[in-house]
Amino acid sequence: MKFGVVVFPGSNCDRDMQNALQHDMNKEVIMLWHKDKDLSMFTTDDCIVLPGGFSYGDYLRCGAIARFSPMMQSVVEFANKGGKVLGVCNGFQILCEAGLLPGALLRNGHQQFVCKNVFIKGADSEVLKIPVAHGEGRFYAEDVVLDELEKNDQVVFRYCNEKGEVGSVNDVDLALYNPNGAVRNIACIKNETGNVFGMMPHPERATSVALGNVDGLKVFDLLGLN
Amino acid sequence: MKYNVQIKVMPLKDLLDPQGKAVMGSLQNLGLQGVQDVRIGKHITLQIDANTESEARNVAEDAAKKLLANPVMEFYEIEMVN
Repeated sequence: MKFGVVVFPGSNCDRDMQNALQHDMNKEVIMLWHKDKDLSMFTTDDCIVLPGGFSYGDYLRCGAIARFSPMMQSVVEFANKGGKVLGVCNGFQILCEAGLLPGALLRNGHQQFVCKNVFIKGADSEVLKIPVAHGEGRFYAEDVVLDELEKNDQVVFRYCNEKGEVGSVNDVDLALYNPNGAVRNIACIKNETGNVFGMMPHPERATSVALGNVDGLKVFDLLGLN
Repeated sequence: MKYNVQIKVMPLKDLLDPQGKAVMGSLQNLGLQGVQDVRIGKHITLQIDANTESEARNVAEDAAKKLLANPVMEFYEIEMVN
């Protein structure tokens, strides 16, 4: 599996992503400039990554302008053909703005930028420690959309505590483990066809033994991107 | 003809607006009484070259729907100024 990492003006996790994929995961990586639109070197077995950062300075809304860049038009086509797409942080915001994933990412409920390790877990997965760093990561969608996501098993990871307990709205203590106030503790979702993934936590920041955390590798595994 | 259009974009009423909440806290610190809620949105002005007012409004409507507002979290109102 080959990876393409899109570089928007204001992306700042693109090199981290490249480094993690190339050096920690031994993958071939091609950097893609937002003004280009050629994805002919990729097949639908490959994966295009939208990295974290502040594309276009977060002007208007996070991800709103990036969505209309030439490369994003190709990424939407690629996703619709069944190609794999992963959006991390700002990349998740772009995917929601582009309509490739439902919902939106709102300003964190506590009004602060949050930068720390959090715990997440999938339906059958172990608890993983992954860093977050965002000001606008509060996933939101209407209840009908959320019910649909849950019914189709499209919620990939939820925020939890170290023991893997996921908080409920009425459970103030466990709600503390949700770093931004995301509805139903949602940290990562996928689209209905299972080829487009969006997540706020940064798995690419946790792929190196030297940096003391390799839980990010398990995230790529669980998403089928390794 | 040039038409001036103003577009108001606001967070949906049911959604928590942390920015508004922070500003409300500041207003209370200022000692201003009676402010019960603050919500913050955007005010966008467009100058549109069109043949008729309704043509200009359609362009503004298109702009608001496709880019300026995200219906998942915001609503908009369009006002023709001239």
